Formats: sequence, C-alpha cells, structure tokens
Amino acid sequence: MKAAEVEEIQKKPKTRKTKSVEEEHPLEKWLRMDRMPHIWCSTCGIGTAVTCFIEAIKKTTLAREDICVVSGIGCSGRIAGYIKQDSFHTTHGRAIPFAVGLKLANPKLKVVVFSGDGDLSSIGGNHLIHTARRNLDITVLCINNFIYAMTGGQVAPTTPPTAIATTTPYGNYEHPFNLPALAAACGAVYVARWTALHVRRLTNSMAEALQKKGFSFVEIICPCTTLYARKNKLGSGLDLMKFYHDNSVIVNGADPREVDIQFQSEIKVGKFIDVDKPTYLDSYNTYMKTKLGDKFKPYGVTDEERQ
Amino acid sequence: MKKDNEIRIAGFGGQGIILAGYIIGKAAAIYDDKFSTLIQSFGPEARGSSCAAQVIISESQILYPYIVKPNIAMLMSKDAYERFGGELTDGDIMLIEKDLVQPKKNGKKISVYAIPATRLAEEMGRKIVTNIIMVGFFSAITQITSYEATRKAVESSVPPGTQELNLKAFETGYNYGKKLLSSSEKNVA
Amino acid sequence: MKADPAGVLTGVHYLDGDKACAEGGLAAGCRFFAGYPITPSTEVAERVSERFPYMGGMFIQMEDELASMAAILGGSWAGVKSMTVTSGPGFSLMMENIGLGAMLETPCVVVNVQRGGPSTGLPTLPGQADMMQARWGSHGDYRLIALSPNSPQECFDLTITAFNFSEKYRVPVLFMMDECVGHMTEKVVIPEADKIDLTERRYTKKKPGEYLPYAYGEDLIPDMAKAGDGHFFHVTGLTHDERGYPDMTWEMQEKCVHRLIDKIDKNVDEIFMIEEENMDKAEVVVISYGITSRVALRGIQLAEQAGMKNIGRMRLITVWPFPEKRIRELAKKVKAFVVPEMNYGQMVLEVERCAGGQCKTILVPHGGGTVHKPETIYQAIKEAYK
Repeated sequence: MKAAEVEEIQKKPKTRKTKSVEEEHPLEKWLRMDRMPHIWCSTCGIGTAVTCFIEAIKKTTLAREDICVVSGIGCSGRIAGYIKQDSFHTTHGRAIPFAVGLKLANPKLKVVVFSGDGDLSSIGGNHLIHTARRNLDITVLCINNFIYAMTGGQVAPTTPPTAIATTTPYGNYEHPFNLPALAAACGAVYVARWTALHVRRLTNSMAEALQKKGFSFVEIICPCTTLYARKNKLGSGLDLMKFYHDNSVIVNGADPREVDIQFQSEIKVGKFIDVDKPTYLDSYNTYMKTKLGDKFKPYGVTDEERQ
Repeated sequence: MKKDNEIRIAGFGGQGIILAGYIIGKAAAIYDDKFSTLIQSFGPEARGSSCAAQVIISESQILYPYIVKPNIAMLMSKDAYERFGGELTDGDIMLIEKDLVQPKKNGKKISVYAIPATRLAEEMGRKIVTNIIMVGFFSAITQITSYEATRKAVESSVPPGTQELNLKAFETGYNYGKKLLSSSEKNVA
Repeated sequence: MKADPAGVLTGVHYLDGDKACAEGGLAAGCRFFAGYPITPSTEVAERVSERFPYMGGMFIQMEDELASMAAILGGSWAGVKSMTVTSGPGFSLMMENIGLGAMLETPCVVVNVQRGGPSTGLPTLPGQADMMQARWGSHGDYRLIALSPNSPQECFDLTITAFNFSEKYRVPVLFMMDECVGHMTEKVVIPEADKIDLTERRYTKKKPGEYLPYAYGEDLIPDMAKAGDGHFFHVTGLTHDERGYPDMTWEMQEKCVHRLIDKIDKNVDEIFMIEEENMDKAEVVVISYGITSRVALRGIQLAEQAGMKNIGRMRLITVWPFPEKRIRELAKKVKAFVVPEMNYGQMVLEVERCAGGQCKTILVPHGGGTVHKPETIYQAIKEAYK
C-alpha cells in the first residue's frame, strides 16, 4: 500500500453508522468475545486457522458440547483461550497427554489439541509420537510458523536450514522435522498439510480430521511476520501469502517422506494419509474381551452400545 | 514378652522363595491371628541367582520391620547357606533342602532339619511345588504357624486350579517333618 | 457418599503397601490411572492394570512421568477420579504438572513411594528425602496436602483419605510412602463398601452461561465443572480471574495465588492428622512419620527400659500442611524435640522453625537405604534429656 493511500483511509471518518457494524460477527457464538482483542499480531496466520477450525466444526455433526480444545504454550497455545468450547490452556508440551486424559476418562468427548510446532514436536515430541503410535482418538492441529514466536524468535525443530532465528543468528544448521512424515511414521491414520492461504481446503481437512476415528494430524503452515519473516527478510504478511500461493503444490496422497520443507522451497500440501485401523480404545475393548470374556467390563461403551 | 520369631528364607530364583515367605507370613497374620511382616529382598540381589525373604512373626505389633537376628533360617541353596547360615546361634533352628545344602559343623548348638524337598516335588511330578513342601515342613518342625493356618494360607495363595496339587505338596512336607520329629533324626551341627 | 462395591476388595488380605495403596485408590473410586513404571512404586500400577478391566476403569502406561501427571489432570477434568504413582526421578518429572494441578485446582492423587536419592540413588531401597520436594517441588507458590502412611493398612486407608481431601479442597494430594512401607507385606483389612465414606466433588449447579470456573464462596473452594457439560469454560495455567481468563497483573496474582494458599492454610485444623501418645507429662517428644515412626517407637521403648520416663511420641500422618500450632504449643512445655527421619534434615526444619528456640530440636539423620537403628534414636533421646 502506498503512503498516500494509507493517508486517504486514515482521513475517512472512523465511525460509519451502517447496519453491518451492529450485526453479530459470524463467529461471535464460537469465540470468547469478552477476550477480544486477541494477542496475535496483525497478519499472523493463527486467526485464519481458528476461523477455519470453527467453520470445520460447523461442517461436522459433532455435538458442540462434546468438543474440547487443549493447547500448550506459545502463540498457538493461546488458541484454547479464545475458542468458546471447554478449553484448557496447559503447560508447555503437555497438551497431548492432558488431552489423552480427557479423552480416556470420557471417550464421548471429541478432544482437539490445537498448538504450535515447538510445543508439539520439541518439548512435547515424545507425547506426539506415542499418542500417534497408540492411535489414540484425538485430533492434533499443529500451527507451524517455523519459529518460537512467543519467546521472541528462537530456532525451532521445524526451522528450515539456513533460516535466521535469534538463537541461530548466523542461520540454522540443524536438520528440521518433516512433521507429516513424523506423524505418519508413528501411526497417525490421517495426515494433511495446508497453508493459511488454503482456507477452503484447510477447513475441509479439519472437518475430515475431526470426524476421523483415531489419531489425526493436520499441519498448518502459518505466516509469522513479526519474527520469522522479519528476521529472514521475507517481507510482509501479504508477501508470505503470495509466497504460499506461488510455491505451494497440492499433492494429495504424496509420500509424507517427500514433503520436507527447505528454506523458501516449494511447499507440498494436501492430504497425505487417510487409512483405518483400530483406535487405542477399540483395541483395548476388543482384546480384553477375548482375554477376559464376560467378566470384562468394556470401557467407554454404553450398555445400549454393548447390546 | 515372648520373643519375636525372625525367619530368614533364602534360595535361588525360581524356587518360590518369596511365595514361601508370603504363605508363612499370611498364615500367622490372617489365620493364626498374630502379627507378621514380610519383607522381600529388593536390591541388586533380587535379580539373578539368589533370592531372600524375611518374615517376622510376633504376638504384638511389629515395629522394626527388618530381621535383626534370625532365630530360624530356611535355606534352599548352597549360596543361601553360605550367606545366611552363620547368622544362627545356639538354640536356633535351621531348615535345609537336603540335596542342595550340606551343613558344616561350626560348634553352635543349632537344630538342623533336612528335607529333600526338590526330590519329593519331582516325585509328585511338579518341581514347582518344592517351596510348598518346604512350607509344610516349616509348619511341622517349628510349629510357629499352625497346621490349619498354614494349610489355609497355601490354599488361598496359590493360583486357582492348582490348590489340590499344592495342598498335597503341603501335606507331603508337613508329614515328612512330623515323621522326622518323631524319629528325632535331627543333626545338631 | 459410600464407595462403589465394584472397586472394593472386601476382606482380610496379606498385602504389601504398594498393592494396598492401589486397592485404596480403587475403593476411593479412582477409575483413571496414568503412570510410568519406576521402582519401587511399579506394583501400584501393576495392580491397577490387573484390576481395572473388571470394574470399568481405564489404565494407561504413558510415555513418561510428565505425560502421566498431565494425563491425570485431563482425566480429572473429564470428571473421573484419577491417580498416578511414581518414585525418585519420576517425582521430579511430575513437578511441572503438579504445579498446573495446583493452579487449575484439579483433584487428583499422586503417590510417591520414596527411595534413596539424589538422582538414581537407591532404586530398591527406602528414603524419606522427598519431603521438602513435596512441599516446594514445583516452581512458584502454592499449597498442597501430603500424607504419610506407616503400614500397608494405612496405605489402603489413607489413599482413600487422600482422594477425599483432593476432592474437597481441589488440590493434588501427594501420598508420601517409602520403599519400606511399599514393599512390606502385612495384614490389610478392607471393609465393606458401605463402610467407606467418600467425599464427592462439588459440581456447579449453575446453568451454562452463568458458570464462572473460579468464583468462590466462604470456604474459598470454587465449584467445579467437567468437560462436556456445555459450560464452555476455560482454564489456564496463567494467573487468571474468576472467569478463568488470563489476567497477568500483580493485583490478580495477589488474588489468585493468595487464595490457593488460604484455602489450605485456613483449613489446617481439618486437614492435619497426627497421632500422639504420652504427651501430658512429656519432657522429650519424638516426632516422626512413615516407617521411621515405627522404628522410633522401638527407640522410645529402649529409652523407657533405660529408665527415661515422660517421652512423648508424635506421628505426623498429614505432613503438609505442617501442624505448626501444635508444635508451637508443645515447644513451650517440653525440653526437646527429637526428629528421626530418613534424610539429612527436612521436616526437622519445620519443627525447629515452630519451636522458635523455645526448646532444643535434635535431628536424627539417616541417608536411607535401610531404616534407623532403634539404638540411634535411643541415643538421641538420651542426648535430649541432658
């Protein structure tokens, strides 16, 4: 935007008495409006991901009160605080095991972990791999902005090689995680990746993930203008969205091992994995029944369902 | 106040040492209405070849949980004998597995009673009940746990479906002990 | 409310402390258990994993203790009584989410079968050196409740008390066993289910839209809600207001954290449980807890046999909050406190603080690995009389 245009907008009177301003925001019912404004920077991708998530819930037949959101720590960790569901803002890295507890104690719940790449794959990495391995029936939505943003831009397990972060001031020399490959290798039954630009596809994918039985994982590549883009001179939020537009390639069914991301490289997006296998609870109930027979009291199954 | 009975049970892994201690302790605490504390030997020695349990049986609440000076030792291997045999002093009782332990004279007035428990178990077709034979032998010789109580403790402690076999083993050990006492075929080492 | 018979193994048993603790949990209505194996506490988890399939409980062996602790918080928020168990290094790993449990005010029970430390220390042998960690182990300021059993029977009884306290005060309750009590087998009497009183969680009666997760009344304990009830509540480990929303100001910190402390401190009289003997004329008082309390009694008997009279005995059953008031009272009357413990001086610091210089405080330290020699305690009592 040119300076003159900005000036032009600023000159316009701020209060416009049109009907639309008084209308309810389409997401008002779904957000904690009493917590607005939120803490995310302008052009951050997290807000887009949250919008897609709510649209995704609407596409499903899930009962709203059954959906719980659990977050860890970081910019994305704040998601739980803005979504009007039963929502838990836990400790750094521990959103997944907290969610495991919620889900197993009440299997009726649809438990969604919504958190960041550092939270889920670094400090919480062990929980991610084991919960995927068990095919525990939760959905993990992972915001990947390639950096620790809340703490000011440190290197993350997802930071592409050579990218600058405050703790890799000369550029990153580590091998990053390819998150879809990690989740798939550990046993996730649904794995997808989209960018914050792919709102329609991301929304559909989230809806699929929510309705998938088992461990589903959706990675959302998100712009972080304040830190990642600034440190790496990648331009504005708009520039990043344009980058996604020009460099994302949709490859549904791609081998997750081949979707790694290099610095400013092509980003393969799509639904990579969608398979079926028994969930943790299904395996437990089926196996125990064969071992213990009628003495076994199936877990998380109502008497009606047992009939 | 009657002195507590401090019982050391030792042998090698697989002989069912801990279960033997458990049954003796249970017989005393539950069926004879006394107090008993069982401590399993945890520690590096809990793995590998040697295995030990300590049982204290008392008329009153047991305060100090470990054996200070055993007055009875049930030793089921050469290692166990070498390690714990020396703890006993005049008037104490030593029960040994006849084929696995060869006691040496050490000048102390210890009553030694031997039973070929492993061989008897093998004759019953199940070597696994060696420890139960020892338990029966223990009850007969020491009378610290009564016949009835020990029998009940065996019955309620072994896996379901194996009660008959184990009770037979218990009787075998108990009868061997009774016979031994009446023939007073004991060695004073 | 009475216990659910499905979880109560009524009868007379010969059990070790670990198994008795597991049975206590089941009797208390625990139906979600997340844990990670570690000696000498593993038998608790093993017992639960064996028993749960018959009563509709859910056991999961998590990937580590961090996860175990986080999972039981989740379980509790889903409305199920939850517990975990650990020892040594595992207790250190749980500290992070014990703090979250304190901050979110989550009822749950954390069992620590103490072994010798620091670090890997003595995995199979007893210690009592995690007592201060139980008090201060997680960062920040908070209050929890910790209990210490001295027999397998108490491992059963007090695990139920631990659950009752956790539900009533909405805190994690730390159950501070030791290896000796955990691996000691004795008679354990489990009563009929209808003889076991349970404290039920106080859920909000408010309608969705009206409920505030941290609004509280006179007793300072907020009503709880559980996930899935339609309240759409939010809770956070950040300093928060009554709505559960983050409010990171010093004013809110004062309000939020101070209440976490007050809700325990102001109820000390209801929470603290001690056993006392021969206190009327006591000149010297031996204060101990856990297995050491039994050995201490042997030490007292030796002293009495040697002609020393008027030895009082105090056993802490509730170790945190500490019975400050009682110690202060006694300090005015007695010559000395003798404090044997399997560490190099932890609870003795509290005794000394409360004694405030009005009487002597004598520590009888022991590094763990085995229990004290009763003679050592006797010697300390003798010293106290000088």
